[in-house]
Amino acid sequence: MAVAEQDTAVRTGRITRSFIYLVLLLFALFYLLPFYVMLTNSLKPLAEITGGNMMALPGEWTIAPWLSAWSTAQIGVEPTGLKPYFLNSLMMVVPAVTISTVLGALNGFVLTKWSFRGDKIIFGLLLFSCFIPFQIVLIPMARMLGIMGLAGSLPGLILVHVVYGLGFTTLYFRNYYAAFPTELVRAAMIDGAGFFRIFWRIMLPVSGPIAVVSIIWQFTNIWNDFLFGASFSGLSSTPMTVALNNLVQSSTGVKEYNVHFAGAILAALPTLVVYIVAGRFFVRGLMAGSVKG
Amino acid sequence: MAKSATGTDFRTLLQDWIPKLVLSPSVAAMVVFVYGFIAFTFYLSFTDSKMLPSYDWVGLENYVRLWGLSHWWTAIGNLAIFATLYIVICTIIGLTLAILLDQKIRGEGMLRPIYLYPMALSFIVTGTAWKWFLDPGIGLENTMHLWGWESFKFGWIKDRDFAIYTIVIAAVWQTSGFVMAMFLAGLRGIDNEILKAAQIDGASNWNLYRRIVIPLLRPAFLSAIVILAHLAVKSYDLVVALTGGGPGRATELPATFMYSYTFTRNSMGIGAASAVIMLMTIAAIMTPYLYAELKEKK
Amino acid sequence: MLGNYGKKMAAVTALMATTSMANAADVEVLHWWTSGGEAAALSVLKDNLAAQGIGWNDMPVSGGGGEAAMTTLRARVTAGNAPTAVQMLGFDIQDWAAEDALGNLDDVAAAEGWDAVVPEALQAFSKYDGHWIAAPVNVHSTNWVWANKAILDGLGIAQPTTWDEFVAAMQAVKDSGKVALAHGGQAWQEATMFDGVVISAGGPDFYKKAFIDLDADALSSDTMVEAFRRMETLRSFADDNFSGRDWNLASAMVINGEAAFQLMGDWAKGEFLNAGKVPGQDFLCFRIPGSEGSVTFNSDQFAMFKVASDEARAAQGTMASDIMSPEFQIAFNKVKGSVPARTDVDGSALDACGQKGMAEMAAAAANGTFIGSMAHGHANRAAVKNAIYDVVTAHFNGEYDAEAAAEELANAVDAAK
Repeated sequence: MAVAEQDTAVRTGRITRSFIYLVLLLFALFYLLPFYVMLTNSLKPLAEITGGNMMALPGEWTIAPWLSAWSTAQIGVEPTGLKPYFLNSLMMVVPAVTISTVLGALNGFVLTKWSFRGDKIIFGLLLFSCFIPFQIVLIPMARMLGIMGLAGSLPGLILVHVVYGLGFTTLYFRNYYAAFPTELVRAAMIDGAGFFRIFWRIMLPVSGPIAVVSIIWQFTNIWNDFLFGASFSGLSSTPMTVALNNLVQSSTGVKEYNVHFAGAILAALPTLVVYIVAGRFFVRGLMAGSVKG
Repeated sequence: MAKSATGTDFRTLLQDWIPKLVLSPSVAAMVVFVYGFIAFTFYLSFTDSKMLPSYDWVGLENYVRLWGLSHWWTAIGNLAIFATLYIVICTIIGLTLAILLDQKIRGEGMLRPIYLYPMALSFIVTGTAWKWFLDPGIGLENTMHLWGWESFKFGWIKDRDFAIYTIVIAAVWQTSGFVMAMFLAGLRGIDNEILKAAQIDGASNWNLYRRIVIPLLRPAFLSAIVILAHLAVKSYDLVVALTGGGPGRATELPATFMYSYTFTRNSMGIGAASAVIMLMTIAAIMTPYLYAELKEKK
Repeated sequence: MLGNYGKKMAAVTALMATTSMANAADVEVLHWWTSGGEAAALSVLKDNLAAQGIGWNDMPVSGGGGEAAMTTLRARVTAGNAPTAVQMLGFDIQDWAAEDALGNLDDVAAAEGWDAVVPEALQAFSKYDGHWIAAPVNVHSTNWVWANKAILDGLGIAQPTTWDEFVAAMQAVKDSGKVALAHGGQAWQEATMFDGVVISAGGPDFYKKAFIDLDADALSSDTMVEAFRRMETLRSFADDNFSGRDWNLASAMVINGEAAFQLMGDWAKGEFLNAGKVPGQDFLCFRIPGSEGSVTFNSDQFAMFKVASDEARAAQGTMASDIMSPEFQIAFNKVKGSVPARTDVDGSALDACGQKGMAEMAAAAANGTFIGSMAHGHANRAAVKNAIYDVVTAHFNGEYDAEAAAEELANAVDAAK
């Protein structure tokens, strides 16, 4: 029997394969169900939702909830929908993701190719910083931002996200570069190349996949963050999560579930797009830089 | 390739310093914004802070009060249950799916994003959907009844003893795809030669995976466990969106406890004490693990 | 009325003119009124201010009935850029005043004579050390019962006037196959019921002793045990699915005729009115039997934070004045379901239940039975309030029996003080 030449050397029989497909499909169903609920119910008029079965397809299809969530839903005293806040979120996320990824790459490079005393400890400390609960950070960070004059401003918010993302980006890049052959770096050093030269010419070109991982991770976390966004943003930098929260958590009145779901999916669209588009590179990126033999 | 003595020295000196310089902003940020704040919280736990930080020393009073609160015990107990189940189940599902997907499956390109996408959604987004789904009146139980299966019961979310398991379900849903991606990457990185050699030696598929593949996945296990553990500890949005800590306080977790006591109940001292305990526990568990793993790498 | 208002407006404007520069500053307002009706009512205030040349910078943060907003507030104040005006309830205002973070509204208050028209029990929260620091927008009351009239009429039940009649009425509804009590199983909802139940069990003086004075004997007394027993009775009339249900879904049950009664604050009235129901015809509003004559209240207020510039202070003063204006009070409270914070307002624009509420509030204020609601932060501080929540909801969910609950209550309050 011919051995599968590409991805795996493991052989499986027919029955096993059917079983595998079944399991995979069942799990796919499990993952898709909540999204299906959200999507179908966002296309129903409200009467159908309160009266009916959550799993049923819409009897009457309508995109009014989507239009409402985007531009006319009540967010505070203004009926603006989510539209104005999208740009704010983008302006916050893009710099924060870029900076933390670049720093993570540089850190990873330093920690794996330029060993010095205590580099393991520093890596350990950086890793541990992933665990800090945001609640204890809130008040002291507010104080620091106030002292630095960055309170309620976009740069302040970006700074906060960069700082708390560094642990993760460093983790990803460090693990990736650790598997990268050191000989190449040594050779370049002997040839007289300096730190940044080596980084630019040798490490960066192969870092595509892990950069994608880091970007996806950071993008997701920062885009979906609520606590920092609510506490540290100013009037012109309020991110979309705060607006979504205001839309969804209305305390009185009829809960327009269809609008809520539409708004929630709208809010998630950028991250979903990033996942679908970059998803291919995601798995490749997590492979510890190995060259297939 | 003779270089002048001073030239080499300066160059090497600079080269020696540049890496450290590059690393220093991150280290400085960590020192101030992470460890500095941890120290600040540590200090606060010994003060009588209520709504805002105060600096009047009260010694161990907050800790005494903390351990006297039944909520705290509930929260810790819940965390033990939740974290264990969450990490174990996510790892098993992630590993299984990765192994299955690795079998040259047609349609892998479509399945993978489906498994991954839950991670992209924040819980403000999915909390309501899950709450509906788990609600006996309008969710799965109701749908099953409508479809004819009258005796189906799934009211866990309203049951004080079982509600915590619904949180496990929702959390597993959100993250297991990501864990799968990590293991899949690890699997793809395994050299086929090793596997072929083992097969020639007559190893069965089962043994192949158990004896060779899984041990080779240790780095993936490290990343997965770090990510899962941090999510388990920080689970706040998920709990609030799904059960609000209820029924009663049955699904209280340390993250919700911390938030509640620091901000809602204006007892920042107790909140800080609980945070310190949490951090010490995490350190106690993660440090040996990290030490063991990092020592091996090199 | 307009003449009187006009005179006051003129006085205030004159005052403002002497203390402010040519253009007043903008106000930054932190609040959690983000849904249709309330937001619409708030934007009336926004438009008023705009007409007076003051811009409105909106900072809504909803969630948890103000929890998220209060957290945001802490961050903002710690960072040094506090908002100008913040929606706040009860003791929170006092806590912030104690931190010396709030400004001073005495000038406006004196010019408009607020002391005379705002009930004293309410003033206790709007003032700190004798100085006005917040402007009350409304007065909610929590010891109401909302009933579906059709169900009661169909079963021949009259509006209950005593606790026993109430229990009998609920039993009759239950026997007929409908849900007797529409309840949402969240800690604050159980606490809201508890407000009225405690008064029905022990009277307003007992309530004051237990929840305001935090007297340990009162908290663990037999009267409190009786109050817990009544909660158990209520529990037996709720349907099985009550856990975690939102309050407005419970109201919907009564509106739709699935359930007969809901014990909830008067914000529930807004749901009924929005559904087109008419008080007296489709639904009844009455006090929890045993608590007639007492009004447990909570009030949303806008606390004015300390600001640096004179223009900002002037803007705050104008905003406070607009909030307290009879026009705004009526316009806002019509939508919100609550009653105006000032007693000299003509309530004829409100619905029947609203007018009833106003009358009862005035009577209770005169009688000394206008008391702050424990469930909504107007009887004791947040730590104590939440400790009480814990015991009430644990008991409601079956963790203790009535005697154990009363004892737990005394312990919990003591630990939280």
